[in-house]
Amino acid sequence: MLNYIKLMVLGLIALFSMMAINYARDEAYFVHAIIILLVSGGMFLWILRRTDEPDTPIDYSGEYMDGVIRYGVIATAFWGVVGFLAGVFIAFQLAFPALNFEWAQGYANFGRLRPLHTSAVIFAFGGNALIATSFYVVQRTSAARLWGGNLAWFVFWGYQLFIVLAATGYLLGGTQSKEYAEPEWYVDIWLTVVWVAYLVVYLGTIIKRKEPHIYVANWFYLAFIVTVAMLHLVNNMTVPVSIWGSKSVILWSGVQDAMVQWWYGHNAVGFFLTAGFLGMMYYFIPKQAGRPVYSYKLSIIHFWALIFLYIWAGPHHLHYTALPDWATTLGMVFSVILWMPSWGGMINGLMTLSGAWDKLRTDPVIRMMVISLGFYGMSTFEGPMMSIRAVNSLSHYTDWTIGHVHSGALGWNGMITFGALYYLVPVLWKRERLYSLSLVSWHFWLATIGIILYAASMWVTGIMEGLMWREVDANGFLVNSFADTVAAKFPMYVVRALGGVLFLSGAIIMCYNLWMTVRRAPAKEASLTVAVPAE
Amino acid sequence: MEEYTLLRQFADSWMLLLLFVVFVGIIIWAFRPGSSKTHEDTANIPFRHVDSPNDGDTGPNAHKANAATDEEART
Repeated sequence: MLNYIKLMVLGLIALFSMMAINYARDEAYFVHAIIILLVSGGMFLWILRRTDEPDTPIDYSGEYMDGVIRYGVIATAFWGVVGFLAGVFIAFQLAFPALNFEWAQGYANFGRLRPLHTSAVIFAFGGNALIATSFYVVQRTSAARLWGGNLAWFVFWGYQLFIVLAATGYLLGGTQSKEYAEPEWYVDIWLTVVWVAYLVVYLGTIIKRKEPHIYVANWFYLAFIVTVAMLHLVNNMTVPVSIWGSKSVILWSGVQDAMVQWWYGHNAVGFFLTAGFLGMMYYFIPKQAGRPVYSYKLSIIHFWALIFLYIWAGPHHLHYTALPDWATTLGMVFSVILWMPSWGGMINGLMTLSGAWDKLRTDPVIRMMVISLGFYGMSTFEGPMMSIRAVNSLSHYTDWTIGHVHSGALGWNGMITFGALYYLVPVLWKRERLYSLSLVSWHFWLATIGIILYAASMWVTGIMEGLMWREVDANGFLVNSFADTVAAKFPMYVVRALGGVLFLSGAIIMCYNLWMTVRRAPAKEASLTVAVPAE
Repeated sequence: MEEYTLLRQFADSWMLLLLFVVFVGIIIWAFRPGSSKTHEDTANIPFRHVDSPNDGDTGPNAHKANAATDEEART
């Protein structure tokens, strides 16, 4: 019966997308209609072939649902490399503008590729990492199989469709020009559907848990899922100009729109890139270290302090704008207070290793997790500092901001994800150990040196740029033109791009290592609680 | 009264108080007497049920955690 309903819905979607192809008013919408037609048509056939077949329900409740997590791990590694590659390419485009090829104008110039890079690393790489690890963690810490049967597969494939629609949209110009919220209205609606399914699967699993308590990692993941849903809905309140076109108009206007956008933007950092990844940290660091988290009380305080404070910090993106001073001061004060829970969480993670510090010498995976906490601490110190109005007057609109973002994204999000992948692959594919620990060390050092080159060059060029912009002569005239600052930044841009190359090559080494782990590493018999043996 | 002023006054007074009290309440709750034992047990959750929902405890503090809460449904 359910299959007939599915077939009807898919048939209607396919019919609608055929009409959409015919009436499409712009290129992005046209291509998206084709993609949706292919997907819904393909699924129609797939379900049709399975309809009215005798099926014998098998009881899976005694085992975890790991297939979807294995797919998630592969998708994370794949999108990671795609996103890093796009980043390296646009970094070279900034250093050598000739790379904005004439034949690809309007599709592959910096302006089109930049949102592709940010969304690929944040939503495709980070998002898949969060979905995969959250599904893994919630099952293990609840002692329950994922709730909702194949709904978890819908979440996975639905999210990949969202990524493909978003990415192709950017290249073809389908964007609402809101940072980290670029996808247009129909892509937003699709993401809402997928996200609600994600929340339902997650909550359903927690509700049927066998453990009396909800482990702290689940609190962080849940905060990430719920808050991102709220942010997404409020920041994408748009009215489509036509149902046959991608263009839409936002409900908010002027400074309210700017405030909503940065409330969204900063909390995307706070709840997507921080809370979600802290969930990862609270599970995988204790697992890899083989000891429980340093202080569970601190983790409770860490969670609630982070949740209560982060949501107010957004206005610090709008210093010296039309936003009232009291609002930017509020954002600034909350950003500075936020330093405390951030460092509380970092200390909690680091101290989990107390008594096991020797593992840093022998286990490159835990080294990766520890350096991710180091970068977390560094960027959560740098962030509050940059949010102070006087510092912001120098740093805003300069490359310092880009350096700050990347020390957080590459250092914290990237490294903790790599650590989680190195932990997960042997467990999920039932291997004794990783294929090569020395390749993990290579990855570790390439990535670390890459981030340092990136962050250091951006500090230099950002502060230089800020100082050049405000330099005035004795008569009060500006000394430098904008083009002067661009010319002065060239060497730092080259160093930054080289840092990106190092980081990318580390990720490619990781992919090779994980692939060989699945192919070559010896299979394991019994439980694997500590993944990596000492050298 | 204007809508903005009304909301602003509410936010500055009762809502602020409520959020603050809830936050302080959570911290006090975390430190309530007897919480340490619960927290120790909860902190060891990642070391149970590794391979299947029906797994036993395999972690470093397995003996302690098992002894502390054997009344719960973890077979």
